[in-house]
Amino acid sequence: MSENNANAAAEGNIFTVSKFNLWYGDHHALHNINMDIKEHTITALIGPSGCGKSTFIRNLNRMNDLIPSTKLEGSILYNNEELVNSDIDVSKLRKEVGMVFQKPNPFPMSIYDNIAYGPRTHGVRNRAKLDNLVTESLKSAAIYEEVKDRMSSSALGLSGGQQQRLCIARALAVQPRVLLMDEPTSALDPISTGKIEELAMQLKEKYTIVIVTHNMQQALRISDYTAFFLLGDLVEFGPTEKIFTKPEDKRTEDYITGRFG
Amino acid sequence: MSVASTKRKIYKATMLSLSNICMAITVALVFFLIIYIFVKSIPYFSWELLSTSPSYLKGTIGVLPDIMNTIYIIFMALVLVLPMGVGTAIYLNEYSNRPKVEKAIEYCIETLAGIPSIIYGLVGMLVFCQFMGLQTSLLAGALTLMIMNLPTIIRTTQESLKTVPQSYREGAFGLGAAKWRVIRTVVLPCCIDGIVTGCILSVGRMMGESAALLFTAGFAHNLNGFFDAMHSAGATLTVALYVYAKEQGRFDVAFVIAAILMLMSLVINITATVLARRIQNKKGE
Repeated sequence: MSENNANAAAEGNIFTVSKFNLWYGDHHALHNINMDIKEHTITALIGPSGCGKSTFIRNLNRMNDLIPSTKLEGSILYNNEELVNSDIDVSKLRKEVGMVFQKPNPFPMSIYDNIAYGPRTHGVRNRAKLDNLVTESLKSAAIYEEVKDRMSSSALGLSGGQQQRLCIARALAVQPRVLLMDEPTSALDPISTGKIEELAMQLKEKYTIVIVTHNMQQALRISDYTAFFLLGDLVEFGPTEKIFTKPEDKRTEDYITGRFG
Repeated sequence: MSVASTKRKIYKATMLSLSNICMAITVALVFFLIIYIFVKSIPYFSWELLSTSPSYLKGTIGVLPDIMNTIYIIFMALVLVLPMGVGTAIYLNEYSNRPKVEKAIEYCIETLAGIPSIIYGLVGMLVFCQFMGLQTSLLAGALTLMIMNLPTIIRTTQESLKTVPQSYREGAFGLGAAKWRVIRTVVLPCCIDGIVTGCILSVGRMMGESAALLFTAGFAHNLNGFFDAMHSAGATLTVALYVYAKEQGRFDVAFVIAAILMLMSLVINITATVLARRIQNKKGE
């Protein structure tokens, strides 16, 4: 075990998934997933609806805990800590592995309070420190200029694209190592989508990003690694360039050339 | 073709006039009641009646103690019912993941809501006044009102908890917030309007309640401070109305009380509307 851990750390893997299975009740939703996610990369999870990619990403920060009757098997190591069926501190895990959701979900509070929510949750009370975190996070999420004069107005008044960048800023405010993005642009217009993609590529410098997307162009544009899911199987996983130019599996080729999906 | 359309026209006209008649009767009834009560009571309104206690020595009647008792008992009952009701709703909606238990509890709550109030009075008298030794007192009355109003508070809170988007909860969990923090800082603030609505519904019910209080809170007309009032017997406005009308034949006083009660429920309705609007505006900012 310790040898494995050492290997994983040496290779710069932040997540090591092996023989991972998931059931919702009797439904076997993910079959035997094996995947290594490297630090400071963008990994895209692609595949048709219902293939299990969102289900999978929600195990990386244990969001599946919220769904009763989920059964897990196998192993997911985060930073050499076992996530599957272990009693790790979920709160601490989610602080390090942040999440951005499909639909922008700012809280019905002011812009400032939205960003400060995470730090306050983890005990930051000092006003100056909070101010600083809020400003820095908004800047990192490329939305500071748009909201700096209206920090105390409701976040619900922002446009969809702004709300999503606000949610990214909110996730960054707890200073995570990993950012999970579950179809972050599917509810947005092309311009907002472009901004989020640009942002993701900048954030790669400091964070590791795992992104679920329906949009293969998006995966190709921004990701370093791509995983193709189909009906709960991880069909193929590798460098994005290779997946899109020389896929090994016939099903991957059919999907990326648009023959189904 | 033309026969059918004539038939249709007659049918439509009949239905329309029928519903107009129903509406007219309803409106007429409401106006009749309001006007009747005010016409009957206005001649007897006096500052003395509103601001004094009854005195056997002087032979005067005053309803101030009854007004104060009503306010005390509503306040106390709300203080008791809010944490219980909101807590139950939070358990059912946020914590419990055993559908069978939830169903059973919800079924009990439904049943509780359907029990006639006089039965609450009877049980309240036996349990609170006698078994728990509170005697006939406003506290015993408030406890009875608490139980009566639990279903309202639980149900309205639950309804508004259900309207809080799951995505808010996910967002907060995703930032590493623990369950209680998510509920306290994200879920509950979204539910304030529902909880306020529940409170106002309950206050209306408490104000109108007499049967249960006849047994538990008693008939006294003494003017007390809040804490003294809690452990002494006292009539609320509705109970006083009954006593004055039925036992003393003082219909003048009874109608004044009726008018006061109507004004109070008007104030409550206006407050509810204003509050609801203010909360809505705040959210939409």
